[in-house]
Amino acid sequence: MAASAKAAIVGIGQTEFSKNSGRSELQLAAEAVRAALADAGLSGRDVDGTVTFTQDTNDELALARAVGIEEIRWASRTPFGGGGASATVEHAAAAVISGMANVVVVYRAFNERSGHRFGQPAQQARSAGFNFYLPYGLDAPTKMYSLWFQRYMHVYGLTNADFGLYSVVARRHAATNPNAWFHGKPITLADHQNSRWIVEPILRLLDCCQESDGGVALVVTTAERARDLRQPLVTVEAATQGNVIDGDVLFNYYHPDIARFPEAEMGARILYETTGLGPADIDVAMLYENFSPVVFYQLEAYGFCKPGEARDFIADGHIDLDGTIPVNTHGGLLGEAYIHGVNNILEAVRQLRGTAANQVSDVRHVLAAAGRSAIILGRGA
Amino acid sequence: MPRVIRPVPDLDDAFFWEAARDGRLVTRACAGCGRIAHPPSPMCPACGSVDWTERELSGRGTIHSWIVSRHPSQPDDAPRIVILVDLEEGIRLVSNLREVDAADVSNEMPVEVFFDEVDGFRLPQFRPAAAQEVSV
Ligand SMILES: [Zn+2]
Repeated sequence: MAASAKAAIVGIGQTEFSKNSGRSELQLAAEAVRAALADAGLSGRDVDGTVTFTQDTNDELALARAVGIEEIRWASRTPFGGGGASATVEHAAAAVISGMANVVVVYRAFNERSGHRFGQPAQQARSAGFNFYLPYGLDAPTKMYSLWFQRYMHVYGLTNADFGLYSVVARRHAATNPNAWFHGKPITLADHQNSRWIVEPILRLLDCCQESDGGVALVVTTAERARDLRQPLVTVEAATQGNVIDGDVLFNYYHPDIARFPEAEMGARILYETTGLGPADIDVAMLYENFSPVVFYQLEAYGFCKPGEARDFIADGHIDLDGTIPVNTHGGLLGEAYIHGVNNILEAVRQLRGTAANQVSDVRHVLAAAGRSAIILGRGA
Repeated sequence: MPRVIRPVPDLDDAFFWEAARDGRLVTRACAGCGRIAHPPSPMCPACGSVDWTERELSGRGTIHSWIVSRHPSQPDDAPRIVILVDLEEGIRLVSNLREVDAADVSNEMPVEVFFDEVDGFRLPQFRPAAAQEVSV
């Protein structure tokens, strides 16, 4: 996108992250959106667009009624669950840059622990798309994804303890983030190896994201308008989705080489081509991790290290707060909370504003990648 | 015995489950250009044809990846080995591996299909390939 027509994230807001919010998902969405608007110095009256996930239960009109959005010109939703988390910003940016809307709120809110839990095994048939998997026992995301991860382990000679290297980093970052559910609770690799098997020999409990209740929201408008608002300028430098023929969200088994992540490689190619940036120009990375191995795939897909080198890259400290590319500085979905990846985008904004709990110095570009969608945010001049 | 969640076949995959009931592992071949694919799709991306014929598969392949499926609650209260198989026809599909301990499973292991009733439902299952096929 041309420099003269950038979008900007001008407000962020959230509820607390918990295991039992005690309130409706709509209330969580409304609280997060209201907080994001207050952060931006705007009100519901300024909003004319909404973006959320196809999976979000909160109706746009019900949200509008709660927070006082009088007219909606743009309402859209992103597919593919958490893989599409960063596509919400792509939608919102497209709306404001095209002039189809002026101020768009992105929201994602759910009671994913106290209400519907995504990780529970299926008990009955779903749509026909599940026919070739459920009868054989692939009945939960842990197992569905592990059949993909096992190939990576085989090709590169990894064991589950190698995945634990990431879990330790995520929990260390969460330990010093007061916003994180696991604030003050770091783990060791021994803790990881003592946690129970979820899918042997691939995933242990401490490789899995949390189950969380909570809501988060972002406010997006043009960079031009953002200059008149109260927060430091955070621009959307590039945004894309990454979807490749013969791919699948839950059952990504059909690409020729499943020790790689072609969807993330596509996202990397487009983001780097669009911005002229490369991996060395990214100062902090938010990498969606429903399960720890996805960080390994994405570190390689985005060119931070070569295929098969993620294990050593993490072991050598590159993704630590003082490393060459700090990753998930808030603790990620393992350490902070599982708000379907959108909480990662809030942390990207905080790093660019200079307000993160674990602030990295002189942050200019942050990647927020969610497997099937990704954005690069920049610090405005 | 694990509990088998029954498929809910639609117009694009009912042929697979009907063949499985008869003990045959099949896929669709494009009537226009002969291309095969799994999972099945209603249109051939190579030639645009929506016509197809059923093609019987050898049932021989190798293990691309595998896991042990075990869960403290239903449906897999008993462990099952789930495998991703590279069939020699060049397509990949998910099934179970039987007649072998998890400790003896390895990637690239040659396997062959058989059909068995699991929880009262006939499913394609795989087992280590017979010795003479391994030595080829
Ligand atoms: Zn064809």
